[in-house]
Amino acid sequence: MHSTFDRKDGKLVLAHLLFAYGALLLGGVCGMLQGMVRSGSITLPGGIGYYQLLTAHGVLMALVFTTFFIIGFLYSAISRTMGGKLGEASRSMGWIGFALMGAGTVLGTILILLNKATVLYTFYAPLKASPYFYIALVLLVVGSWISGYGVFAQYRKWRKENGGKLTPLLGFMAVVTMLMWQIATLGVAATVLLQFIPWSFGWTDTINVLLSRTLFWYFGHPLVYFWLMPAYMCWYVIIPKIIGGKIYSDALARLSFILLLLFSIPVGFHHQLMEPGISPFWKFLQVVLTFMVVVPTLITAFSLFATFELNGRAKGARGLFGWVRKLPWKDVRFFAPFMGMLVFIPAGAGGLINASNQMNAVVHNTLWVTGHFHLTVATSVALTFFGIGYWLIPAVTGRVLTAAMNRLGIAQTVLWCLGMLFMSGAMHVSGLLGNPRRTDYTTYNDSPESVLWMPYHTAMAVGGIILFISLLVLIRIVVGLLRSPKGKTEYPIGEVYDNAEKTPRLFERWGLWIAVSAVLIVVAYTVPLIGMIAGGSESPGYVMW
Amino acid sequence: MHIHRLEKIWLVFGMSMLAVFLIMLGVSAFAMGMQTPGSAHAHALDPTRLEETAPFDKPGVTQTGDKEYEAVLIAYGFGFNPDKIEIPAGSTVKFTATSSDVVHGFEIPGTTVNFMVLPGEVSHLSYTFDKPGEYLILCNEYCGVGHQSMFAKLIVT
Repeated sequence: MHSTFDRKDGKLVLAHLLFAYGALLLGGVCGMLQGMVRSGSITLPGGIGYYQLLTAHGVLMALVFTTFFIIGFLYSAISRTMGGKLGEASRSMGWIGFALMGAGTVLGTILILLNKATVLYTFYAPLKASPYFYIALVLLVVGSWISGYGVFAQYRKWRKENGGKLTPLLGFMAVVTMLMWQIATLGVAATVLLQFIPWSFGWTDTINVLLSRTLFWYFGHPLVYFWLMPAYMCWYVIIPKIIGGKIYSDALARLSFILLLLFSIPVGFHHQLMEPGISPFWKFLQVVLTFMVVVPTLITAFSLFATFELNGRAKGARGLFGWVRKLPWKDVRFFAPFMGMLVFIPAGAGGLINASNQMNAVVHNTLWVTGHFHLTVATSVALTFFGIGYWLIPAVTGRVLTAAMNRLGIAQTVLWCLGMLFMSGAMHVSGLLGNPRRTDYTTYNDSPESVLWMPYHTAMAVGGIILFISLLVLIRIVVGLLRSPKGKTEYPIGEVYDNAEKTPRLFERWGLWIAVSAVLIVVAYTVPLIGMIAGGSESPGYVMW
Repeated sequence: MHIHRLEKIWLVFGMSMLAVFLIMLGVSAFAMGMQTPGSAHAHALDPTRLEETAPFDKPGVTQTGDKEYEAVLIAYGFGFNPDKIEIPAGSTVKFTATSSDVVHGFEIPGTTVNFMVLPGEVSHLSYTFDKPGEYLILCNEYCGVGHQSMFAKLIVT
């Protein structure tokens, strides 16, 4: 392995990461204020609306922070494992993608601040934002496509130069993640380009609401796997190296990524279980497909804990749980992602409840759902990304993660978990009581139900403030890392156990996997989509804010 | 591909649980009628012409049988028409709802009444109210600046 990270590639990676942290900070300010508004602690000054904050929070966190961080991390992974540096074509595409996504983010944020696009990050029709908001989304998506092509180009280049060799695991995972993203974003591209843009410019008078929602959720669910798969990359490949162990099984890791590719897309109806116009049969079919991702999740859980236990025992741990003490708890590179993994256990269980067909009625559009994804993406994924950032920034800038920054990182992780315990915990409980999500401060004319919810809103606000403090600590660490002493930081990449099984070559038969994915999508969506296009109704647009 | 014995046990157990879950959901949905709401049959109507489209030309509550009522509702920004429903305890209410503008939600906290209301589509759901009291009907999908003030009351006497 090359000892230092390629400098030009390092700049590209760092640019993505810093942009992501910038979005995170802005989104975090919005999030904290939302908590305070909804608990009735403050009212917003200067005519800023709660729903404006909510739109900015969703777009900046769910779309901008995640996408920029992921692309930065994936580029670092392919640069590191597939040749030691990016090819010219890949690096150029990386910068073009960065520029387009950056332009989209700036344009979108300005429109949200101008109150021209208070439609939340899901932009459900027939709420009609400024057409330039949808163009901002196009820039974001097209930019990410080009970044994806850069990943594929590097993969092809590596294949050409390394003939029959097995693709490095991290590089393979980066390719699968980007392939899934290309297939998934077709839905959002279709609805934005064919429906929203012509309609918002006034070229068409009406929009097919049900169709637009369906195309959105065709994209909206794999979006969450696009967040999760890079976290899995860290858990499968990076963490074993950090704890001084090895990867349990290369083949199982690849199998779980292929299963995620296949089963994360044809499942969007489980977000639409409570709506009219889709027959119960097709909803249930997609519920079954949704539950198939349980399989790669179980494989992942087994593999990770097998790595922990095997490593602990190799270091002399005894008894059933002696290996727990052999884990490097004081190393933030391990501690932050590990807390993310732990949180994923209740988070995943909550997800099963949400997707359980008719049971969804108990939680649909309540704060339970908000609590759920603040555990999955905002804790499991976010903590893993923070943990990656702590070594990736020094690794690509030729600096070191100092002991002081490591300690701060541990504190940041603990604060984050604590804040989330209050906030997400209160969201889950009051959601079960029926407290709706995405709602400004209200008591529904002093209804007894909503008076009962108020203490939970206070807990959410307290959690939000703790999370914001944690976020400030994170920013402090990022600044500290950019100024820390020059030196060499390892890019941790795990190796496979010597006695692990050989990896079948089947996993890189891309044509096959794309075909299976396409068949599943066609089966799950064709009939309902035909019904919506042929029998759907059209709506004019509304500006309700 | 060889898989470790313990992992095989783990996966077989996991997948069996998965099958049990799904069968339970499927049986209770399709055989026992605990269906997802609003999806009994797909309709399409013109959301701009509700005043001339039955049954939404006459929103309100009508008695359809012994302790059976149908509530025809229009959700709009920012309220429900009618904004008050009164029924005796033990009544089954069939909600039939649509929207005259954007997407809304229809939720009664403390019950399993929770569904989306889309312009151009009709949502159906039946629920039996056994306990007397004042129930809150609220919109749980963001619909604009007045979303938090969109609610109605259902009174069971």
